[in-house]
Amino acid sequence: MRAVVTVVGKDKTGIISKVSTFLAERQVNILDISQTIMDEYFAMIMMVDLSRATMELSALAEECRAMGEKIGMSIHIQHEDIFNAMHSV
Amino acid sequence: MFNYKDVLETIEMVEREHLDIRTVTMGISLLPCIRATAQETAKCVYDTVCKKAENIVKVTADLSAEYGIPIVNKRVSVTPVSLICAPFAGQADLVGKALDDAAKQLGIDFLGGYSALVHKGMADYERTFIQSIPEVLASTERLCSSVNVGSSKSGINMDAVGLMGKIIKQTAEATADRDGFGCAKLVVFCNAVEDNPFMAGAFHGVGESGTVINVGVSGPGVVQHAIEAIPDADLSELAEMIKRTAFKITRAGQLIAKEAAKRLGAEFGIVDLSLAPTPARGDSVAQILEEMGLECVGTHGTTACLAMLNDAVKKGGVMASSRVGGLSGAFIPVSEDIGMIESAEKGVLCLDKLEAMTAVCSVGLDMIAVPGDTSADTISAIIADEAAIGMINNKTTAVRLIPAPGKGVGDQVNFGGLLGRAPIMPVHNQSANKFVRRGGLIPAPIHSNKN
Repeated sequence: MRAVVTVVGKDKTGIISKVSTFLAERQVNILDISQTIMDEYFAMIMMVDLSRATMELSALAEECRAMGEKIGMSIHIQHEDIFNAMHSV
Repeated sequence: MFNYKDVLETIEMVEREHLDIRTVTMGISLLPCIRATAQETAKCVYDTVCKKAENIVKVTADLSAEYGIPIVNKRVSVTPVSLICAPFAGQADLVGKALDDAAKQLGIDFLGGYSALVHKGMADYERTFIQSIPEVLASTERLCSSVNVGSSKSGINMDAVGLMGKIIKQTAEATADRDGFGCAKLVVFCNAVEDNPFMAGAFHGVGESGTVINVGVSGPGVVQHAIEAIPDADLSELAEMIKRTAFKITRAGQLIAKEAAKRLGAEFGIVDLSLAPTPARGDSVAQILEEMGLECVGTHGTTACLAMLNDAVKKGGVMASSRVGGLSGAFIPVSEDIGMIESAEKGVLCLDKLEAMTAVCSVGLDMIAVPGDTSADTISAIIADEAAIGMINNKTTAVRLIPAPGKGVGDQVNFGGLLGRAPIMPVHNQSANKFVRRGGLIPAPIHSNKN
């Protein structure tokens, strides 16, 4: 199963490192990553593979939220189908 | 890989614009539960509902976490109870109690289907059943009731309309300690639909299969935000923008509906394309209409704005879903919409304007508080007016009025939560007694003869 991780918030040092370590610890494999800065705001989108993940997506979503709070960013992980459904005809 | 704009738009819709799936409703047929006695039937009803819907809360919580979209309500609708209680209608309350207990066991807030379909005629067992409604709504918490009194094909059963005026009054009196709260769980329909996922009017029609998942989407805030983004657009451009937004919202609903059906072992029924408001600011249909250019909802131009909004939502939604059904339109429940509440408090939004609005949108005179001394005949006359709009226009219309005991114009009722609060609206004082008491059937319109 593939999911999309989004990380949004005020730019600071070490965001990518913290998030990718967090994902690696849970056996979540990053397939694609893109990142940009918009008006001092950091926005990163990652496509990840959950086939070897150590936990269910719903549990991972809760951990991502908590991780986001810890580092002062908004972090979401969502099944890729929601974006396919909403943004393609 | 997705582009930033699309991904961030979805996140923003959820975080800032109240995008949610308003309800995942499981429709369950109770026809296999009919037994020789009311007691045995009630037991089977309880067991069936608890078994079929046992995972509804867990599955919707999982889906909500996985897809990152809140699912606000989990509900169950059942076969109209008057049908399964026909041999022992005097004890239908036992089945009502069993359904309320099942809702509590499942952890869902409402269960719909304490209902009767009497649009052409009313059998003795149906009359007995309907007479049980006030007491049952007063003694249960989560059970919802509806009665269909008319249809485009059969006309309007004015005997049933006359009876429902009295039933609404009795329900208000039986729950007088809670401002007539029982009436918030009672809907009188014309052209009721069999696959409506929204409460209080949901029931599982006899034309449906055994177990079905119907989903109601929402998103007034998302539509309002989309309109805000193009302040100088003309109305054609506005309609296009609403269509595109409705498409995205509905796609999310369709995805959740299909996945929920799969995980719950039910069939995917329909997606209901309704813009359903909540009392939260920014989640209001009235505020969409005001964003379109009205100073205050209820003023001249309101009906036209609502007609365009309702049509554009349907056009976008139909394209997005393989199966559309339910009520599908913009809801205008007064107590559940902050913009409607404020307009009613200012005296701009009145019952007559709301009646006109119901001719161009779903679903009817919804969650409107009227003075406690409004007579049963006046309530019946209001029901008859609304049913006539539905019958002639081939659409669903409904009445959910709360004649708040002991209250008058200037007071308000407050039910809290999703049901919100409502200022008492004045009704006309001139009588319609003679008309209502004539009884009989208003014949179906000429355009119903299509065979």
